[in-house]
Amino acid sequence: MAAELAGLDMATMVPDAASGSGPLPVVRPGVLRRLRRDRLAVAGAVLVGVFVLAAVFAPLLARHDPIEVAALDRLLPPSWDHPFGTDHLGRDTFSRIVFGARWSLGTAVVATTLVMVVGVVVGTVSGFYGGRLDAVIMRVVDVLLAFPRLVLYLAIVGTLGAGIENLFLALVIASWAEYARIVRGLVVSLKQRPFVRASLAVGARDLRLMVRHILPNVVAPVVVLASLQTGQTILALAALGFFGLGVEPPTPEWGTMINESRLFLQTEPGLMLWPGLAISLTVIGFNLLGDGLRDVLDPRLGRSKHDKS
Amino acid sequence: MIAFAARRALALVPTWLGISLLAFILSTASPGDPAEIILGRRQEEPPTPQQLDAFREQNGLDDPFVVQYARWVADAATGDLGTSYRSGDPVLGELTSRVPGTLQIVVPAVALAVVLALAVGVLSALRRNSFADHASRVGALVADSVPSFVLAYLLIIVFSVELGWLPVAGRGSVRHYVLPVTTLALAVTAGMMRLLRSSLLDVLGEDYMRTAKAMGLRWGTIHLRYALRNALIPMVTLAGITLASLATGAIIVETVFAWPGVGQYVIGSIFDHDYPVIQGFVVFTGTIFVLVNLAVDLAYHRLDPRVRPVSGGTGGR
Repeated sequence: MAAELAGLDMATMVPDAASGSGPLPVVRPGVLRRLRRDRLAVAGAVLVGVFVLAAVFAPLLARHDPIEVAALDRLLPPSWDHPFGTDHLGRDTFSRIVFGARWSLGTAVVATTLVMVVGVVVGTVSGFYGGRLDAVIMRVVDVLLAFPRLVLYLAIVGTLGAGIENLFLALVIASWAEYARIVRGLVVSLKQRPFVRASLAVGARDLRLMVRHILPNVVAPVVVLASLQTGQTILALAALGFFGLGVEPPTPEWGTMINESRLFLQTEPGLMLWPGLAISLTVIGFNLLGDGLRDVLDPRLGRSKHDKS
Repeated sequence: MIAFAARRALALVPTWLGISLLAFILSTASPGDPAEIILGRRQEEPPTPQQLDAFREQNGLDDPFVVQYARWVADAATGDLGTSYRSGDPVLGELTSRVPGTLQIVVPAVALAVVLALAVGVLSALRRNSFADHASRVGALVADSVPSFVLAYLLIIVFSVELGWLPVAGRGSVRHYVLPVTTLALAVTAGMMRLLRSSLLDVLGEDYMRTAKAMGLRWGTIHLRYALRNALIPMVTLAGITLASLATGAIIVETVFAWPGVGQYVIGSIFDHDYPVIQGFVVFTGTIFVLVNLAVDLAYHRLDPRVRPVSGGTGGR
């Protein structure tokens, strides 16, 4: 919760990835085997897996329509037919949580992918060409990283209006900078490496150099960042949903569900607890998985975040 | 010192300009025509085309983008962040008048968080890989994953609804402060605790710590006088930035607890489509951040002699 609340991002405190020495991180064989030995990472993978399966098989798991209003079934307690009870409109909470995984998780994955592509492309170009362009881009990155995320999200969505396109736009604008900074640092140091200089010397074109020789070497840190960022994105989407600025009701998105249940806090606290639990468990899953991946793939990246041993 | 301060201040000017440009782009992207909105609120009947043209002419709304931006920046730099559509009052005044309300919960929260982070972080670093260390690290990860509004509601459900010990929302007595301050503090403790733990471990690994031990200094002297003191330096940055980001918007907590502060005001402005307030808030936040960054830089300069020969430039955020 800290990051989204304080608008802080611990990753911004991570020393520049390019400043260390030693071999650059690459995806090595045996990653999965080593990841399996990290019990916390396995727990994270299981949590994420459960919610991914819930999203994929939502129509099979849910016994009720997540949107259909049933006036006679309002605020029912948990039962065999309604494992988590029903909400103020008689909708089955379990079905809404399960379908909500599609919205919350699906949107976060799409958004994280968009952010990643923008950040990697800008970071690669910036680091590869250097010069004035690089200086300008890095200034913009500095500005964005120094700024509380939540304020950016609220300003963008608050100005342009709620809706899925504007959510994506806000997430991309507010988050690409982090990828760009890390990728740019890696590219700058990769440029000095013999294999890149060699292919430059034999006249490889820029695009080929970037795609064939540089991109494969930035995959590992980007994957780690993406895993940790997916959790942050879920939190951001949930926060906007909580403010009533996320996807429109009656869509079963977890943050929006919490917003809808605010009126019933005193009488029906359960309505708030289920989506709250779903958000928390999913984000814990991504954070554990991301930490584990970082330890396995890239011990140097962001050590200051979660541990130091 | 003064030369150093001036250099750091100058280095922050482009950052501030970048933030103001962002806010300006947002203001041009806001729906609705400012001329129609402002005139529509001033008078009963809908504005005539002649009135609209005159208003645009008068306020330079037809000028080129660059000219409008230049004027906007000049205004913003002198404290004119525009006028609220709702109240007709200057945005800056609206925002600053609500800062004390926010600070009332933010300052105790940051203080509480620093104390908590110190206790847990020091324990975690000194008893590395013990059960307490693992537990606190997992706890920090969980704390980072639970949205603060969920935490806030959990606290309300337990302490207000079930136990009836504390009020659900609002302000008044000291008891009204407990839940908002606790939520805010818990939300930022995890990051501080991790930073303290890792910087303390860094310091404990330094050669001068071994020297101190070899010279037979007492455990307390070594760990408190030397280790903790050096490990606290990075905390200054984080505590400063945390204070700034919470000061400009303990937005979620203020919304949950109906606490009258900057955050609640901005959320209300979003729902009333009061765009000048939203954009003014971006500049306001940016300004506070730039100033806090400067203050942190200067504090570093005093606290850590190693950073004194600063090369300037983009480092040190």
